[in-house]
Amino acid sequence: MEFEAVIGLEVHAQLLTKSKIFCGCSTQFGSTPNSQTCPVCLGMPGVLPVLNRKVVDFAIMLGLATNSTINKNSYFARKNYFYPDLPKGYQISQYELPICSNGHLIIKTKDGEKKIGITRIHMEEDAGKLIHEGTYSLVDLNRTGTPLLEIVSEPDMRSPEEAVAYLKELRQILLYLGICDGNMEEGSFRCDANVSVRKKGDNKLGIKTELKNINSFRFIQRALEYEIERQIDIIESGNTIIQETRLFDSSKGITIPMRSKEEAHDYRYFPEPDLMPVFIDDAHIENIKNFLPELPYQKILRFREQYGLPEYDIDILTNEKEVADFYEKCLSLYNNPKALSNFFMTELLKELNERKCKIGDTKLNAENIVEIFKLLDEQKLNYNGAKALLPKIIDTGKSPSILLEEMGLMQISDTSTLESVIIEVLKSNKKELKEYLSGKDKLFAFFVGQVMKKTGGKANPKILQELLKEKLAKISIDDVDNL
Amino acid sequence: MNIKKLNTIEIKNSIENREIKAQEIAEYYLKRAISLQEKTNAFITLDEENILKQAKDIDNQVEKGFKGKLTGVPIAIKDNICTKGLRTTCASKILSNFVPPYDATVIENLKKEGAIIFGKTNMDEFAMGSSNETSYFGPVKNPWDMERIPGGSSGGSAVAVSAILAPASLGSDTGGSIRQPASLCGVVGMKPTYGRISRYGLIAFGSSLDQIGPFARSIEDCALILEVISKYDPRDSTSINLKTPEYLKNLNEDIRGLKIGVPKEYFIDGVEEDIIKGINDAVEILKKLGAEIREISLPHTKYGIAVYYLIATAEASSNLARYDGVKYGFRAENVKDLKEMYIKTKKEGFGEEVKRRIMLGTFSLASGYYDAYYKKASKVRTLIKNDFVNAFEKVDVILCPTSPTTAFKIGEKTNDPIQMYLSDIFTINVNLAGIPAISVPCGFDKKGLPIGMQIIGNYFEEQVILNASYAYEKAVGGFKFSPFQEE
Repeated sequence: MEFEAVIGLEVHAQLLTKSKIFCGCSTQFGSTPNSQTCPVCLGMPGVLPVLNRKVVDFAIMLGLATNSTINKNSYFARKNYFYPDLPKGYQISQYELPICSNGHLIIKTKDGEKKIGITRIHMEEDAGKLIHEGTYSLVDLNRTGTPLLEIVSEPDMRSPEEAVAYLKELRQILLYLGICDGNMEEGSFRCDANVSVRKKGDNKLGIKTELKNINSFRFIQRALEYEIERQIDIIESGNTIIQETRLFDSSKGITIPMRSKEEAHDYRYFPEPDLMPVFIDDAHIENIKNFLPELPYQKILRFREQYGLPEYDIDILTNEKEVADFYEKCLSLYNNPKALSNFFMTELLKELNERKCKIGDTKLNAENIVEIFKLLDEQKLNYNGAKALLPKIIDTGKSPSILLEEMGLMQISDTSTLESVIIEVLKSNKKELKEYLSGKDKLFAFFVGQVMKKTGGKANPKILQELLKEKLAKISIDDVDNL
Repeated sequence: MNIKKLNTIEIKNSIENREIKAQEIAEYYLKRAISLQEKTNAFITLDEENILKQAKDIDNQVEKGFKGKLTGVPIAIKDNICTKGLRTTCASKILSNFVPPYDATVIENLKKEGAIIFGKTNMDEFAMGSSNETSYFGPVKNPWDMERIPGGSSGGSAVAVSAILAPASLGSDTGGSIRQPASLCGVVGMKPTYGRISRYGLIAFGSSLDQIGPFARSIEDCALILEVISKYDPRDSTSINLKTPEYLKNLNEDIRGLKIGVPKEYFIDGVEEDIIKGINDAVEILKKLGAEIREISLPHTKYGIAVYYLIATAEASSNLARYDGVKYGFRAENVKDLKEMYIKTKKEGFGEEVKRRIMLGTFSLASGYYDAYYKKASKVRTLIKNDFVNAFEKVDVILCPTSPTTAFKIGEKTNDPIQMYLSDIFTINVNLAGIPAISVPCGFDKKGLPIGMQIIGNYFEEQVILNASYAYEKAVGGFKFSPFQEE
């Protein structure tokens, strides 16, 4: 029997606002426990929340970017449950009327593009953190009140690959919008998955389980693969799935049930009486729309049309907005899309990956990259030299022409200099020279290599080849010993 | 100088004119409050040192030319309004050791005008009650009859004014908690429009109903204090951004042509005869002053109690969730895990009535019941509100009894929650609608217990209410002090 998986995802994205959603405390990650708190986020008696309007704007931005309906009237609700990291005993969230609904994203699958529905996007506050120490637990409420967007998808995904593609697309949009840093390790982009399986062709949904606590794309892939297989095994052995919340144990690669008492919640949602309904007028939506940055799929389309680059190049260049922006800045100063793209893909991004840093973290600027290309064109530098220069440019921010002098990488194009090196090389490799002259053409590259070695890689390869060819043509095999 | 007889404006003027020191005023009231505490149990916290220090500071500032609307006037504060550095308990064991690190906005506003924060008054636990008997710190006694309750939940604040332990006080009103004790103690008490006064720092009971308001011995005092605390506050999202009113300056006793509605639904069986007579007498006086009296109908009145006890308790069940022993307040000892800590802390920390209301509210919001209870109640609430909206198209204010009874005996209704809840039958709908109302003393019953009349106004028309009350006060020559003036 053939099965298919049905997957829906709930993503919590922490927003990059400076202050929390209902008070003025900082949202910075990693500070001393409880140093970023005030009576409001500590849930002290008598305090009241005040909505950070930036959160509303960010929600509208994501709503527009995901083709969602922006609900002009939405309201907050209280989600009631007890836990020590939730100081008020309720989370302020949205329930019946979220700020955005009915959106979608397009993902790429092996069978082409696929539309994944987004049921709703709503605003809410994050909870704090518990640190367990033996017989007692400590509460850190720095994270309490950090603004979140919860993005709930339709159960439209049919494989772990599709789920990961959706998450990557969503994360990329959030990063392009600049409203979330997408850091999965620090928990600023978190995912819960609802999974069920059914016989292929069935319309009815199977019984689902919810997977929590998955904090990397790789783990999501593995957790879903495991869970789908587990469910199929259960059904095939004639048993039924239990609807439950399960945790992914990344060390063992399996999912395990969460203790049932923790999930038996009745959240008793009701409208938050301490906040007014959120009203958004058309002009405000229009205003945000006008300031919306270009989104990943729009950029891809434009790169395709404007620069005629291969899909592979476009994917890599547009993966991160910063890279795409930097590429285009270079391009505006040096109009050779493919040459720049090659250099980005094979050299620049490799260097950055090795350093595990972003363009903004280095001293790179577009002018320096473009200068490399100009030096190449002027034959003052060869490609090897360019490769050697790049790390220095990244680290020092110095201009390539200065570094060229400093590092002595200036390309040798002078014929007399090159000629003397060529003669030297031929003299000291008489055996190979004879073989060449007797017809072993492949050795041409050997001589080029030797000259390059002698010149420290600085020889102008084009001139070198011409001169070498010229020289070799003039030598007969009998002359070799007299050289 | 007979300090007892000075109203707030006279106190302020005497201090600013250097006729008397703020310290002398504070000492006088402290002496009274301390010596009568055992009799009245009006206060939960009376920090003598702190009060005298405030008074001294005011005197120093007056030396430097300070002028305020309430310079040196001691104001007693209901113990559910947060005061920085001064214990705020909500009359509950669960907050019996809670010292807020911040002032409520109303406290900041009072301090800016030179008022002295004078002690924290007793109340029903978390403002849940109509008799001040649910306090963890024991019941408060009515100055007119020591065997009787003062009303609630702001019983201590009403008694502080009635027994002249402070010139004025603040209370809070969720379903009648200012007006009903004001009525039962023979003082003025006002609940302003929802959104008029910042709730920041008021420990929440029913968030969509709670409103802070003043107790005073006269309409002038009431108007002045109301004006000081009526300021827009960006920290409270439900606070309305309106110009700060000048209630005192605009007091006007000329009420000729004022249309007063008398709702027939408020004169029903169960209302004591003496009260009906008291209200009718007041109506006659107002008529003589030139007001037009009209009978009106508020047809959804009878649903008020049911709606209130679904909505207020639902909000309370959520508002009181934070008292879990984790961060502040009482925490039960000898517990084996988190769940037991929660259960024991709440079981030992909350009193019976609070637990009853948390249960009621939890039930009202529970999945499967929400539509039938909370949601339906919210819809009926709109009908009740519309009753008033319609009425105010025909009349300027509505006049009715504040309470169906005068002060009852301590213990008389404690075993019958429904009877107790009916104490608020005439005040509750005002909170559900969010409109302002006052309770003004209007005579006494045959037992000599005070009767209160309620004057209800349209949204943000506190001035109209105050003017009608002022006209009545002038006509009857002021309100009578309680027997405690002899003490």
